[in-house]
This record gives sequence, structure tokens and C-alpha cells, in this order.
Amino acid sequence: MSLRRQLSTKPWLAQRGVVTDAGGFVGSTPKVTLGAFLCVASMVFALFIAAYFIRMTYADWRPIPVPALLWLNTVVLIGSSMALQWAAVSSRREHSDGMRLGLTLGGGCALVFLVGQWLAWRQLSGLGYFIDSNPSNAFFYTLTAVHGLHLLGGLGAWVRALVRVRQGVEIARLRMTLELCAIYWHFLLLVWLVLFGLLLVT
Amino acid sequence: MAMTDVAHDAVDYVRPAEVAEEALYHPKTWLGKYVFSQDAKIIALQYSMTAMAVGLIALLLSVLMRLQLGFPGVFSFITPDAYIQFVTMHGMIMVIYLLTALFLGGFGNYLIPLMVGARDMVFPYVNMVSYWVYLFAVLLLLASFFVPGGPTGSGWTLYPPQTILPGTPGADWGILLMLISLAFFVIGFTMGGLNYVVTVLQARTRGMSLMRLPLTVWGIFMATILALLAFPALLVSAVMMTLDSVLGTSFFMPAIVSMGQTLDYSGGSPVLFQHLFWFFGHPEVYIVALPAFGIVSELISVHARKNIFGYRLMVWAIVVIGGLSFVVWAHHMYVSGMNPYFGFFFATTTLIIAVPTAIKVYNWVLTLWRGNIRLTVPMLFAIAFVFTFINGGLTGIFLGNVIVDIPLSDTYFVVAHFHMVMAVSPVLAVFGAVYHWYPKITGRMLNETLGKFHFWVTFVGLYCIYYPMHYLGILGVPRRYYATGVTDFIPESAQVMNAGISIAAIIVASTQLVFLYNLAVSTTRGKPAGDNPWGATTLEWQTATTPPSHGNFGKELPLVYRWAYDYSVPGAKEDFIPQNVPASGDTGDAR
Amino acid sequence: MALAIILVLLVVGSVLFHFLSPWYLTPIASNWNYIDDTLTITFIVCGIVFVAINFFMAYCVYRYRYRKDRRAAYEPENKRMEWWLTVFTTVGVIAMLAPGLFVWAKYVEVPDNARLVEAVGQQWKWSYRYPGADGILGTVDIRHMDGRNPFGMNPDDPNGQDDVLVNGPEIHLPLGSPIKMLLRSKDVLHDFYVPQIRAKMDLVPGMITYFWFTPTRAGRYDVLCAELCGTGHYTMRSHMVLEEESAFNAWLATQPTFADTQAVKVASAGGSLAEQGRQVAESQGCIGCHSIDGSPSVGPTWKGLAGRTETLADGSTVVVDDEYLMESISVPNASIVAGYPPIMPPYQLDEGEMAALIAYLNSL
Ligand code: HEM
Ligand SMILES: [Cu+2]
Ligand SMILES: [Cu+2]
Repeated sequence: MSLRRQLSTKPWLAQRGVVTDAGGFVGSTPKVTLGAFLCVASMVFALFIAAYFIRMTYADWRPIPVPALLWLNTVVLIGSSMALQWAAVSSRREHSDGMRLGLTLGGGCALVFLVGQWLAWRQLSGLGYFIDSNPSNAFFYTLTAVHGLHLLGGLGAWVRALVRVRQGVEIARLRMTLELCAIYWHFLLLVWLVLFGLLLVT
Repeated sequence: MAMTDVAHDAVDYVRPAEVAEEALYHPKTWLGKYVFSQDAKIIALQYSMTAMAVGLIALLLSVLMRLQLGFPGVFSFITPDAYIQFVTMHGMIMVIYLLTALFLGGFGNYLIPLMVGARDMVFPYVNMVSYWVYLFAVLLLLASFFVPGGPTGSGWTLYPPQTILPGTPGADWGILLMLISLAFFVIGFTMGGLNYVVTVLQARTRGMSLMRLPLTVWGIFMATILALLAFPALLVSAVMMTLDSVLGTSFFMPAIVSMGQTLDYSGGSPVLFQHLFWFFGHPEVYIVALPAFGIVSELISVHARKNIFGYRLMVWAIVVIGGLSFVVWAHHMYVSGMNPYFGFFFATTTLIIAVPTAIKVYNWVLTLWRGNIRLTVPMLFAIAFVFTFINGGLTGIFLGNVIVDIPLSDTYFVVAHFHMVMAVSPVLAVFGAVYHWYPKITGRMLNETLGKFHFWVTFVGLYCIYYPMHYLGILGVPRRYYATGVTDFIPESAQVMNAGISIAAIIVASTQLVFLYNLAVSTTRGKPAGDNPWGATTLEWQTATTPPSHGNFGKELPLVYRWAYDYSVPGAKEDFIPQNVPASGDTGDAR
Repeated sequence: MALAIILVLLVVGSVLFHFLSPWYLTPIASNWNYIDDTLTITFIVCGIVFVAINFFMAYCVYRYRYRKDRRAAYEPENKRMEWWLTVFTTVGVIAMLAPGLFVWAKYVEVPDNARLVEAVGQQWKWSYRYPGADGILGTVDIRHMDGRNPFGMNPDDPNGQDDVLVNGPEIHLPLGSPIKMLLRSKDVLHDFYVPQIRAKMDLVPGMITYFWFTPTRAGRYDVLCAELCGTGHYTMRSHMVLEEESAFNAWLATQPTFADTQAVKVASAGGSLAEQGRQVAESQGCIGCHSIDGSPSVGPTWKGLAGRTETLADGSTVVVDDEYLMESISVPNASIVAGYPPIMPPYQLDEGEMAALIAYLNSL
């Protein structure tokens, strides 16, 4: 039943005395939970971006040069996301080798991405673009840091999954974890693309 | 995590509502049962007690403020610095650490699983962590009383640049602790909040369709969604403010000459902070109000022995109010220097909210109409809630209507208004809820005589505190003033009113001790309550044992056959039919 | 029963309180009686609703009190009634909102002929600037601010030279012509608030805010700060004098222009040390809080200060000498005189200024 239909039933009349199926809301619980969390995380990024746009209109804003390294990092993050997707698909198809490889590669790339981000910070501060020299710098460091922290959190889940793979947990029981990881990674990739685009355009 | 594997990791996910009781993790040790418990009911009590403990501190602070305002100069230990520190800590604790935590962490945890017919929250472990993070946030906040410079005195709105500049107490340590504590609160809340939302969405027992949910669940559910989406704004602004303060960025800080010294900031926008803050701050009002709405709907229906009038409209109103509350935030900023043309938009959206809100009020009153009203203590509090909420809601129309707000903003009219809607009303709802559900939580009734005494003093006392206070605001007395001193527009008689308000506040505050005494003593000496003392229909009253054990419903989960408000059904034998009772000759369902 | 009675009593009491208590709007001194009118409309509509709903509720509580032999009605909803109530509420809301927005439109449209006056806020005092004969306010910048130039006037801007600077505790305005108040803050948020004017607006560092009004009633009114601005928030006062055009012009003529204040600086090198100190005190705005004639003010009076024995907040006493004076100026909160709030901001003065100030204080 559509949400609108559900919300317009008259509960004192509809199927009185009958156990209607309450039904899960949408899909499986872990995915619903992750979806809800992604809404919260999107809100964090959306608000940062809104603040970015407002702050940008003030006179003292000087755009920060975008280090070329960020292009490389972007490619690595795309790779990371794809590898995890591959791991998730493999687990659905019960291909344990593909799953292992995808998982390892995915997390590995994410680590590389984080190191790359850190190098980009180093490059910028080496050139004298410190966090307090201009609001655009402040936003750059803050946004990349917040994004990085989210990725770090994801890596926590990744380590757990990796350990369980090592322990030889059946593949069927890992499927959900891998799918969740993949979704989360895609989300962070999307956020990164938005942030990166924002930096390039402004 | 092994103990919760059943609920988490199975491939074909078992809905927690349908987890068999044996499959639940039952802790063996005392510590696991009462301290590091994963049972939502224990977590609820932990949340509630912590919240009430900090609430008492905030209450004490308000008494100190009232001493200063009622009898200026008499209590010399209350310095101007201390006064604004009290104001700040009082406001922040009351709004966030007491009411938000109590309604969502306390009532949410206790009532959601029971009312939707689930064994527990969906993620019990995360739920437990949520409490400990909250406790940590509380401790951080309290620590700020002991750092050099004391807690921040920037007002609970934490407006920069003042917050992090000399001239405001706690501008170096106090504010940092506040910001970090808030960040932890948000993180802890997010863990809990995801749990509440997902439990309502996914873990309802069979037959519990959305429109069969009790309004309490609807209120808490919607408030949690608001909180999940609004708290990020607080988090984001706290992060940016911390950076401004510690690393010298200029998100919010413009070029400033502070106390004769030119600071290193430039170009930032204090108004940007205000937008972010109120994007969180206005929904926050409804985070506190919606659970109260839900609870009061419940109490009125149960104790008037009558179905809630206009259930569907009540649900829709909750949803609409929740949605609209994200597009009215700038009504707190009419005098902030933002583009004045925003005033047209925000005044209109704000007054639009008045319509669904008024509908809720009508429906409460119409539920009483032609009811069979038992004036039990919870019912007294519920009716008092409606009364004060009408009052506070109407003064909200003054402040929402931009031009009327101009003379009133930042005066005592505002203080009186927001206390009426978000302090007095929700607190009355909390008391009503405690008197109502205490028998389920402990198996015993609270003492009724003490309860009535508590009710009368609290209700009439609070009204005597805040009703006159509006007129101080209309006179023009500004808020957050340590002392008004001599002015040409405040008559001396105003000081008489101030003293009276202070005395009433002290009486009301000390009466809360009676309540605490009642809570403590009745756990052992209260009248045994039985499973369902009020004759209520919702599932929490249909548990196998009282208090409910871990797993809530014993071997079998209840099946739900009807909505939550089958009171006084024509043709039925009793004047209430619990939700888990199937149709039979006794239920009048044949019609 | 008791509840029904108390509800009725509270309603009746509230209404009586509204009409009988001595506390209501202070008499207005500007053109914004529209605001008062809107407030009155709101009071009427809300008052009726308040009384009606609560009386009905009290009636229900009494009429439908619990009886064992009675059953409540079973009425899940009543579409017609709900529609009527919604329509009725919407009409009430429009009745309040429409006039409100109408007045707001007036409020945001500043008349073209409005005179500019600027109020400058800092922790915790007010100062004012008038555009001078050319009618144009000169540009300002935080970077130009120092002891000599507390307004941050751009010294190279010709428009600013004739700006009249009032670094004292009073703003004067002529009756009858619209005034556009420009608002500027040096440090934190403040709010320019005169209850008799009704209009108010925040001062926000980094931007210039404004509101407008037409003074209509002569008198001397309090200016307060209505946005929390730190410890001394409640002492951030000034006065607004509304008077006839001629009196206003006479007063304005006695106030120094920016050029005057700069010229005095140059000339003062020749004046006596105490005279220079007087000028420092004036330009730093000390006299906003300290009187020189012994009258009580926010801070202790300067009259007879040197050599006086002061009792401090911690109970100890101290004889006022040069060293104590110097400390009290650069680190005011090191010792606070009993009975006064610790709200004086620290001042960074150069040696010459400090010496001049001390000489001046000793001369009083
Ligand atoms: C007996 C109960 C209470 C008393 C006597 C009381 C009294 C006060 C007083 C005197 C102030 C300072 C007003 C000023 O100087 O501007 C204040 C501020 C405030 N109170 Fe209460 N209060 C009470 C309960 C509550 C509760 C339950 C809440 C929960 C929402 C609350 C929320 C606030 C807030 C948000 C502020 C504003 C703080 C600020 O200006 O930054 N109060 N209260
Ligand atoms: Cu609001
Ligand atoms: Cu101020």
C-alpha cells in the first residue's frame, strides 16, 4: 500500500478486528538504517555546502588553487568504490575469490585516497595556504577533513568485514555487510565528487 | 557483538519484533543487567535519571537567577558574569540535556518498543553506546563549571563573535567544552535516533499498521526525524565555531576591534551562524513539543475514556508541523540584520504552522467533549498542558508576525513565551507521563495526594510566574539583563512583580522535591498497580508481567487487531478494548 | 470540579490582569503606532480564542466528569466540524497576518528624504555620527580605528571631514522628519533599542544594518542594548533626546566634526598635560561611564578620585595613587571597587596618553 493510502485509512473502520500485515517499511532493516544514516550525513554536507555558498559571496573570498593531486585521488576513490561493488556482487554470486580481492582492493584504495588527501594538504600548506589565511582555505580543509573522517569510519566497518572474511565466515553471512559497505562507499564517492566539483567551479 | 548476532547478521533478516524470547541476549551479571544494559527499558531509565539530575542543576540555576532579578544586589555572590553564565547553562541544559534527552532517550526508549510490540530496539548495542556518549557529553558540560573562567556566558544561542571574545565569561575554556559537549551529544543522539526511527519503521508487530500506532509513538517518531535532520546544523556550526576559536579561521568572525585591540579576523558573517543555529533551533522547539503532543493525546484519550478525536488529522498535523518547522527558522532573526524582505516569507510560513497546531488543540478539547473524564493526576497534568500550550501558542503568533515581533523581540515577552510553550507545557506533559507510566515501570502507583499537591502548586505556580512576565516584556524590559537599573519606562512597581515572580519560582522549584520524594518512596510503598490500572488499550499495558521483563512480551508477541483508541465502543462489554483483542461478541465489532 | 473552577479563574484573572494592571506599553514617541495597532488586533483575536477554548474546556471538564454509569460518546472524527474549525482558524490567522505584513512593508521601505544618523556600538557604550553639512557620511574601516580615531574614519575621505562625531552619552534628533538609523558595531552584536520608538535592530560587526522612524514626541528617552553583548550588556546605556529642529541644530553645532577632532590632536601637543588628558578621556569614551562632577554613573566618579581610599570588592582597601590608576586603566578587572560590576574593558594607551590621563585625573 502506498504511504499516502496508508496514511489516509480510517483505522477505526479499516479491517477492524483483523491482523493486517504491518509490513516492513522499505526493504531490509540494515539497509533502511544505513539509508537513514546517509540522510543525516547528507544533511551535514549539505549544510556545510550551504554555508560555503553564503560565505563565498563576501568580499574577502579568494579561491584556493586546486592541487592536481586531487584528480589522482578522485580516480583512486572511484576505483575504491568500484572494487567494493565488485566485492558485493561477488558475494551475491558466491565467488569468494572475487569477494576477497574486491574487499582488499576497495579498502586499500580508500587508504591510498586518504594518504593522497593528506599529501594535498601538505602541498597547499607548503605553498602558504593555511587554514586561517582565507575562508576558502578554511572550507577546503574542513570539508576534506569531514569527508575523510566519514571514510575513516567506513574503514572501521571494512576492517571488521576483513577480519570476518579471514576467519572464514560463510560468504552468505557476509553479503549484507559487503552490500552496506559498497553503498556507503558510493555515497562518499558522490559526496566527494560534489565537493571536488564545488572546488573546481568556484 | 556476538550476543546480538541474531538481530544483526542473519542473512534473511529476522525482524526484531519476531525474535523469539529465548533468542534474546539475557545478561547474566548484575553489571550487564543494570549498568551496561542493552535493554531499552533500562537505557530509558538511565537516560531519564541523568536528564533529571542535570535538570535539577538547571532548576537550581534558574532559582539563583530569580534571586538576583527579584532582589537585585541582595545576593552579592551573583555577579554579572555569574548571572549570564547561569542564564546560558540553564537554557542549554533545559533544552538539550534535559528535555531532548528525556523525551527521546527516556520516553522514546521505554515506550517505542513496548508500544509497537517489539522485543527491544533494533540495535540494542548501539542503543547502549548512545547513552554512554550522552553521559559523557553531560560530564563535559558540567566540567565547564570547574575550568578557569567558568562556563560560557554567551546565552544558549552562542552567538558569535561575542561567544569567543574577551568580555564574555568562559570565552576560552567554557565555550570549548560547551561546543565539544554538544558535538558528543549530537553523535550520541544520532545513534539512539536511528534506532528509534528504524524500530518504528521496521519492528512493528503484526497488525500494527502505521495508522494503528498510538499518537505517542507518532510524536516521538516525528520528533526523532526532526532531530536527526536538525542536529547536523548544530554540529556544523559547532565545528566551524571551534575552528574560529582555536585555529583562527573566519567563518563567522568579521574584522573586529575588541577592547581597543584589532583582532586577526576578517570578513566572516555572524548572521551565517544565526541561520545555521536556528535551522537547528526552531526544529528543536518541535523536538520538545511533538513528543509532548503525542503523550498528551494519549493521556487525554485514556483518562477521558474516549477515542482521540480526529486521529487522522492528529497524525497529519504532526507530519505537517514537522515538515514546516524546517522553513520557519528565520522568525528568530527578524532583528538580526538579515535582508528585511525575508520577513514576509518567514512570517507567512510561521503563521501557517499555527493552523495545524490549532487543530491539535481543538482535537484535544473535542476529545474531552462528551467524554467520561477521570481527573486522575496524569489527566490533570494533561489538561494543564493544553491550557498553558494554548497560552504559549497564542503568544507565538505575536512573535511570528514580524512587525509585532519588532518591539517584543529580546524582551521578557520572549522569555515568557518560550517558557510557556517549551518549558512549562512540555514539563507538565513530562509530569503527566511519569504519573501515567510509573505504574508500568515499577508496578506501583504514585501517591495520589502528593501527586495532586504537586500538580496544583506546579501548574498554578508556573502560570503565576510566566503570565505576568509577558507584561514586563510589553513594558520593554530587555532579557538577559543582570539588573534593569533605573530607566524612564519601567515603573517601580515592576520590581514588585519581579519579586513576586521570584517567590513563586522558589515555591515551584521546592515543590519538585515532593515529586522526587514521591518517586522514590512509591517504588516500595506505592499501592500495587496491577497490569493495567488505567484501563488503557495500548500494548505496553498488555505485557505478561509488570514491570515488563527483558523481551517485553514473554513467549508470544502480541498481535494487533485494532487501532489504539477503542474506548467506549458501542456494544462492547468494557469501556476499552486493548489493541491485541480479536473481534468477538464482547467487542462490538460486528456492527 | 476544582479544575474547572481554577481554569475559569485563571482565564478571568488573566483578562483582568491585562486590563487592570499598570504594566503595558510605554507611551510611543515615533510614527510606529501602526505597530501598536497590529499588536492590539493580535491581542483581540488571540484573547477571544484564549477565552473561548479554555471556557469550553472548563465546561467539558465539569459537564463530562466521570460517572460510573455513563459511557463516553464514540466519535472518531467529524469532518464537517473539522473543516469549519480549520477555515475559522485560517481566517483568524489572516486577520492578524495581513495587517502585519502591510505594516512590515512600510517598515522596510525607508522614505527617500530620511536623514542619516549612525549609531556605533562597542562593549559597552554607544557613540553617534551625523553626516555634517554635505549630508554624506564618510567611509569608515576597522583598520583606521585607534585612540585618536575611535570611529575608524577614513582620513583621506573628503566626505568624512565634516561628519559630526558624538562620543558622548547622548543622541539628539529633530522631531517630525524621518530618520534612517544606520547601525555599526566594532566588536560584537548589540541592538539599538529605545522602547518608546518601538523599532529596534541588531548591530552586526562587519555589516551596516538600519531601520527608520519619525520622532513624534519631544523628550529624553533611554537607549538600551537589547542583544546580549557580554558582562556589561545591561549597563550599555545612552540617551535619545527628541527636540524641535532649532534646538537640535543648536546642539549639533556644539559637537566636533571629524576634522575638529583631528585638528585638536595636533594643537593639543601645546596644551597642558591635564588638558591633553581630558581630550584622551573624551576620545576614548571614558566619560560614558565615569562622571567628573561626582554624580553617580556606571563606574565610580572621577571627582576627588586621586588620593581617595577605595574599598574593593574583596573587602580590602586601597589608596588611589598613580600606580593604582594605571593598573585600573590597563587591567581594570585586577581590582574592582566594591559595588561596581567588573565590566570596564581594558585600554591599551601609549605612554604619552597614559601620562596625560593620569595628570588629568589628578587635577579633578
Ligand atoms: C521553574 C522553572 C524555571 C524558571 C524559574 C526559569 C527561569 C529562567 C530565567 C530567570 C531565565 C533568564 C531570563 C533572562 O535573563 O533573560 C531563563 C532563561 C531560559 N530558560 Fe528558564 N526557567 C525555568 C524552566 C525552564 C525550562 C524547563 C526550560 C526548558 C526549555 C527553560 C529554558 C530556558 C531558556 C532556553 C532560557 C534562555 C537562556 C538564554 O537566554 O540564553 N527554562 N529561565
Ligand atoms: Cu522558532
Ligand atoms: Cu550591547
